[in-house]
Amino acid sequence: MIGPARRLVVLLGLTMLTFAVCASAVHARTVTDSVGRRVEVPDYITRVFAAGPPAGIFLYVVAPEKMIGWGRTPRDIDKPFLLPKVRDLPELGRLTGRGDTISAERLMASKPDLIIDLGSVNETYRSIADRIQAQTGIPYVLIDGRFENTPAAIRLLAQILGVSARGEELAKASEAIFAEVDRVVGAVPAASRPRIYLARGNDGFETGSRGSINTEIIERVGAVNVVEGIREAGGLARVSPEHVIGWAPDTIITIDPAVRDLIMSRPEWQPIPAVQNKRVFLLPNQPFGTIDLPPSLNRLIGLPLLLHALYPAPVTSDLKTELRDFYRLFYQVEVQDGDLDRLLEGLRR
Amino acid sequence: MPILRVTPVVAGLAILLLVVVVSAAGIGPYRIAPGDVVAAIAAWIGGGHIDGQIAAVLFQVRLPRIAAAICVGGALSAAGAAYQSLFRNPLVSPDILGVSQGAGFGAVVGILFGLPVAMIQALGFVTGSLTVILVVTLAWSLRQRGDILMLVLSGIVVGALAAAAISLVKIVADPYAQLPMITYWLLGSLASIRPDDIAVVAPTVAIGMIPLFLLRWRISVLSCGDDDARALGVDVRRTRQIVIVAATLITASVVAISGIIGWVGLMVPHLARLLVGPRFDRLLPVSILIGAAFMVVVDTIARTAATIEIPIGVLTALVGGGLFVWLMTRRGSRSIWRRE
Repeated sequence: MIGPARRLVVLLGLTMLTFAVCASAVHARTVTDSVGRRVEVPDYITRVFAAGPPAGIFLYVVAPEKMIGWGRTPRDIDKPFLLPKVRDLPELGRLTGRGDTISAERLMASKPDLIIDLGSVNETYRSIADRIQAQTGIPYVLIDGRFENTPAAIRLLAQILGVSARGEELAKASEAIFAEVDRVVGAVPAASRPRIYLARGNDGFETGSRGSINTEIIERVGAVNVVEGIREAGGLARVSPEHVIGWAPDTIITIDPAVRDLIMSRPEWQPIPAVQNKRVFLLPNQPFGTIDLPPSLNRLIGLPLLLHALYPAPVTSDLKTELRDFYRLFYQVEVQDGDLDRLLEGLRR
Repeated sequence: MPILRVTPVVAGLAILLLVVVVSAAGIGPYRIAPGDVVAAIAAWIGGGHIDGQIAAVLFQVRLPRIAAAICVGGALSAAGAAYQSLFRNPLVSPDILGVSQGAGFGAVVGILFGLPVAMIQALGFVTGSLTVILVVTLAWSLRQRGDILMLVLSGIVVGALAAAAISLVKIVADPYAQLPMITYWLLGSLASIRPDDIAVVAPTVAIGMIPLFLLRWRISVLSCGDDDARALGVDVRRTRQIVIVAATLITASVVAISGIIGWVGLMVPHLARLLVGPRFDRLLPVSILIGAAFMVVVDTIARTAATIEIPIGVLTALVGGGLFVWLMTRRGSRSIWRRE
């Protein structure tokens, strides 16, 4: 009596095992990320951890329903511009870049199906991805975050997450933005393009040098970043007021209202042509910065905003409509008229 | 006894400082012809009119920055010289009692909360001073084995705590907006000095210098040892308290505007000792002059050598480290810590 029963158990067990193996084979597929790493991911991905703020915004735009938390909790002033279901998710911390704030164990405890990172795709990030994937067993996908790569990055993530339709819509919208920029900028002769200084930090004397990811948007709208880098790759730097006066930018951009007030009022800024001609533009920074901070999809809307500010003549579209449509499509929120006016306040001369 | 005896060394260094300042005023990324610099300053003194651009660069940016370099260099060197004599130790720098780390902590918290620049500076000054008060209180409540050892150990402990707190702030700070600012602040820089900063800091530094000058003989005696000093009728504990308060006032106020600038307070007194020996009454003016000139030179390099501002803390470490090695090679021929 015992013999057959045991056989039955073994048989049942084997059958279940076979099913399990088949099932896992069916419910997994291999994707290739931006550095050519072949990563096996589950078929249905419902929980995604974004490694850093750029990846967080990217994930929010493409598939907010799959977010499990923020790298940094949004500020209170940002929350009205974010989906109610998502804006109050917990702060989980960040994984790459300047020091991890989430441990591998907590990461595993939060049970993501997938980790994504968006940004530079050098060997450092590649090895971080490999190590974390090996350590935690969670598939880790690295996506090239260069501005120009935006449509491709959106399509790649949307395909991995199984939301290709939304991805296609977003990718088309971003291609349209780039195309409009090329159309407008192409008609402006090189000599009459603005020379821009990006004012960052709490006194405006922190900036990004030419070629840095923080100032990519300046070059993308055909303008000249007056700050030439000491490094080819560029990067953030502190400069002295004397430098800024010497560079004589005809336009200054910032996303910090306090910095704009400083620039308009303090004597060391007054001899700069941009200040004399009142070409100091404050771009919106809610829910995310539109120049950098962080350098992710949020920069896309900075392009049309800058086009309007820099080349008012050849731009035909209505800024308010454009901003409203962007927030509707990308952030999936309806912005009220009053808020729109407030966001665009700093762009009026 | 004259307030300050003008020796040939002091006179020579004063002339050197003047030359350095005048040259620095003519150098900068914004090109101003030397003639225009002189004309602008003459016009400013005479109340005449000058070209707006040149005036803005000179009076809003370059000259305040040179003034700040003089203040910071002189102050750190004076505090360093006072502490080295007080602690009878050549390895002591002005932040031995944790003032820089404490000020750094206050400033990075200010950055974290997005406070205006003036508030960040004020917070740096307050926490820097509070840190020293904490160290001194701790040392006195633990006092069993003589003030100095306990002071230094308490300084190390509290300084390490402040450094840990700074790291914690760095971790919670926004990596894109605040972290770069924190990094630049901790590296030290005179890039964003404004005339208002000088107006606040110069008087504070001057006030802190007065007790050091008045007590210069007693500090000299103190550097021979507590027992000798007592035998000569010096109130050791009282003198030490006053020197610590004065040096803290000086250091905390310059650290608040410049961030943490290392090496100057350690290295300059050694250079001064090489010239005039270890007597504090001679050491103090010479340290201040060398420190001021050194800082003006280094800051001129910081603002002109590359397109982008080089953090001055990096340069002082580079230049200061090199000079220090050179000083050490000279030890064989003439000790820099020899007593006359």
